Amino acid sequence: MSDRLLIGTRKGLFELRPSRGIWTIANTSFLGDPISMLLADPRDGTLYAAQALGHFGVKLQRSSDGGGSWQECAAPAFAEGMPDGPSVSYILCLETGGADQPGWIWCGTIPGGLFLSRDHGTSWSLNEPLWNVPERKAWSGGGFDDAGIDSICVDPRRADRIAIGVSTGGVWLTEDGAATWHPSSSGMYAEYMPPQRREDPVAQDVHRLVQCPAAPDSFWVQHHNGVFRSTDGARSWQEVTTIRPSKFGFAVAVHPNDPDTAWFVPGVKDECRIPVDARLVVARTRDGARSFRVLTDGLPQQHAYDLVYRHGLAVDDTGNRLAMGSTTGHLWMSDNAGDRWNLVAGNLPPIACVRFA
Amino acid sequence: MAHVAFTANLQRHLACPVQAASGGTVRAVLDQVFAAHPRLRSYILDDQGRLRRHVAIYVNATRIADRDHLGDPVGDDDEVFVFQALSGG
Repeated sequence: MSDRLLIGTRKGLFELRPSRGIWTIANTSFLGDPISMLLADPRDGTLYAAQALGHFGVKLQRSSDGGGSWQECAAPAFAEGMPDGPSVSYILCLETGGADQPGWIWCGTIPGGLFLSRDHGTSWSLNEPLWNVPERKAWSGGGFDDAGIDSICVDPRRADRIAIGVSTGGVWLTEDGAATWHPSSSGMYAEYMPPQRREDPVAQDVHRLVQCPAAPDSFWVQHHNGVFRSTDGARSWQEVTTIRPSKFGFAVAVHPNDPDTAWFVPGVKDECRIPVDARLVVARTRDGARSFRVLTDGLPQQHAYDLVYRHGLAVDDTGNRLAMGSTTGHLWMSDNAGDRWNLVAGNLPPIACVRFA
Repeated sequence: MAHVAFTANLQRHLACPVQAASGGTVRAVLDQVFAAHPRLRSYILDDQGRLRRHVAIYVNATRIADRDHLGDPVGDDDEVFVFQALSGG
């Protein structure tokens, strides 16, 4: 199981490691600064940390010594003079390119830009084919003023097949290395839209999109108004109606080897973003959503108002170790796929993302 | 020469000592500073070269009005202050 966890919070980056079986904070970086996203590149060990400085904008930091020291590298940026004057306000996701693309890093931003670095973050270029699709202008903000690309799934079988999730803009697919893109939200629906646009692929608020590494045709989505699953490579989607205690949430994690196993953290609903009955639970399916088990052992079951953001839930390469961080600064971990959770830290800043490294 | 001073909060992120620059406009002054300190630009300006929303610039005691084009005049005897705005939290 992974013995290293990175946490991006409202007030810095925290690295946790187990010591005699107890996870403790082993290192801190950027204390006081918001960290919106982290990436540990398994191909070369490089770490990336995206800062969202309240005054001075988005920055990207890189470490080649495991977090011992950091150097600022280029942050994705829109070219000066572009129509409508976009400017990156937030880095929502960072993912590696394919195993055969060393140094390639994909980045999703607010507003909804997809950027690619081919040189470990030294320079970035906007993916213009996606930016220029006519439907992109119909994307809208989901929780933020502008739309954002929150998920990037690079197919482990062929890195030129990429699925992205947009909040709000649906799922988009490329099968030619990001040269062309098409919307791929068939089967999703949006309760917050007029009836005529309920199934509009671009109106779908994809809070989080994940792909099973061992079965890359299997995807899960936590959507604004429900959970959806695809077993045909994100070409079509089926609603999951069995999840309990609610269908609203932000985070989803999928088992690395079992496409039928996934975890969610339900909340009441969009206008009341707290756990149902103030009881924090994780909903897990092990049978492809035919059923869910509501996991509570070790989680607060009264007066819990934690929300888990879209990148606040992670599973390691074994599928047994999980980490979950909340807006209230609680961090829980599990070594048995969520059957039992342990509170690892209770006084952290609000947590934006957790990642095993 | 005008003088440009930066909030100490920026020093947490990168070095930015007081700079001297010939006057003209805020844009002209800052361009000279950025030529010597390229990394500083993205901390002060957004992708489109506008003043970041939560950064404030004063020429002497007056907050600049032109946040998009930075056309406010700067004389050779003026002082330019770059602050973080309280609106940024």
